[in-house]
Amino acid sequence: MSQATQELQNEVAGLIVSALNLDINADEIQADAPLYGEGLGLDSIDILEVALVVSKHFGFQLRADNADNVRIFSSLANLTRHIAANRTK
Amino acid sequence: MSTLPLIAHRRPDDVIAWRGSVPVSVRQFLGEVGHVVGRLPPGRHVLNLCGDRYRFTVALAACIVSGRVSLLPSTHTPEMVRQMRHIAADVFCIVDQDENSVELPTFRYPESLPPTVGSPPIPDVDCEQLIAQVFTSGSTGVPVPHGKRWGSLVRNARAEAERLGIGADFAILGTVPPQHMYGLESTVLLPLQSGSALHAGRPFYPADICAALANLPRPRVLVTTPYHLRAVLTDQATLPAVDLLLSATAPLSQDLANEGESRFGAPLYEIYGCTETGQLATRRTTAGAEWQTLPAVHLRREGQTIVAEGGHIDSPTCLADVIELAGDGPVSTTFLLHGRHADLVNIAGKRTSLAYLNHQLNAIPGVEDGVFLLPGEDRPDGIGRLAALVVAPGLTPAALTQALRERIDPVFLPRPLLFVDTLPRNATGKLPSQITRDLLASLQAQPAAGMTA
Repeated sequence: MSQATQELQNEVAGLIVSALNLDINADEIQADAPLYGEGLGLDSIDILEVALVVSKHFGFQLRADNADNVRIFSSLANLTRHIAANRTK
Repeated sequence: MSTLPLIAHRRPDDVIAWRGSVPVSVRQFLGEVGHVVGRLPPGRHVLNLCGDRYRFTVALAACIVSGRVSLLPSTHTPEMVRQMRHIAADVFCIVDQDENSVELPTFRYPESLPPTVGSPPIPDVDCEQLIAQVFTSGSTGVPVPHGKRWGSLVRNARAEAERLGIGADFAILGTVPPQHMYGLESTVLLPLQSGSALHAGRPFYPADICAALANLPRPRVLVTTPYHLRAVLTDQATLPAVDLLLSATAPLSQDLANEGESRFGAPLYEIYGCTETGQLATRRTTAGAEWQTLPAVHLRREGQTIVAEGGHIDSPTCLADVIELAGDGPVSTTFLLHGRHADLVNIAGKRTSLAYLNHQLNAIPGVEDGVFLLPGEDRPDGIGRLAALVVAPGLTPAALTQALRERIDPVFLPRPLLFVDTLPRNATGKLPSQITRDLLASLQAQPAAGMTA
């Protein structure tokens, strides 16, 4: 993983932890563990909060008709890849 | 036998639903209802899990015209599904997607149905027919059923349409699921009984909500919650014009109501109701705090108790919420709502009770004692999460969370979940709420100490 990707992944992890008031440190989120359900334990309310934060910080909007929607939230690494590919700021 | 029609639409070519920007006619709807009726398995009780609102509505109508009862529990966790099987051994579920985690006999909604021949007649339904069982949490872990009959449901939906001025030509988009009372009433029964059209989708992301709205003809209505409304207003710079906004399930702040009205260019109404009575009253939030009961409904004071009666309410029903009637008399059609019943928990439109959550927590093997706490701080229009204190020396936080996930809806999973040596119960075994809150606050001040058993 490039240093830039690693930095973005750390930034995304930090945004998730602060937006959701999680009781963990950002570096405790495993890059390949599911964010939803049994991994980090996020639910649909959290996913909407993360979507708002992504929109605000990276300047693009998540859409459900994106066929990759399930994959995007399947792990921190995939969410980071999606942000890197779509960010406008 | 008195009857009321399944739908209020008058002509076979009237639009009853929108799939994106494609209209669905009454003729097509009635034809599909007939086809689904002919294919349903024999059970009399149904868990309708269709995610597509149009398919949910066809399946619901098929159940109604074939005398089946829809079960509407507050959640679909494995534990709740077990409870539903216990209540109705013949229950089966209707799904419209391939992935389905519910352990019940399953009817898959047909991917394609034959075209409708001719113009099927609009069925009349017996007003006394039991249509649905809605469940409140109960305090012993067993859900308590409340029967909903056709006549009452229809009168309630028509009263709502009359109050809000919704008639034929309106199109209604909902962000809430049809499997709970608010969504069933305002995104399914309201369009069916006002001759208007429902949007088949249930958009989730703010950009999707706006795109779905923009695709609908006007006049158009957005049925939502304070939580989704806040997300849309925060996230979207420009909003499509709307003709009416509807909110329920949680209190809406004046600020959010003002912003919603000015940016959507539409009046915003809140709906108040409860599981036992259905919808009771509305208010235009920006016009003041007072609620106005639906046409023909009134509230009556009996000592310390407030009773709702009239209109669609089959028999006078006590309300558990903290209500102040306007005026000096014992009967009124306007009132102030000072708070929901203290035990009621409502997060993002999902309801349960502290008693139910506590029961489920303490039923987990390895939990010696445990208690859920309501969020302390007020976050208007936001989401306050529950906390829990638990005595479970042999369990890890991950194992306990997984066990809870089997039993309660994920939105009620505690955050934080704190392990303690004992709970500060008094001599009678009660947990004084202030002492419990103080314990929570002191543990949160030292998170490292709180997380270890």
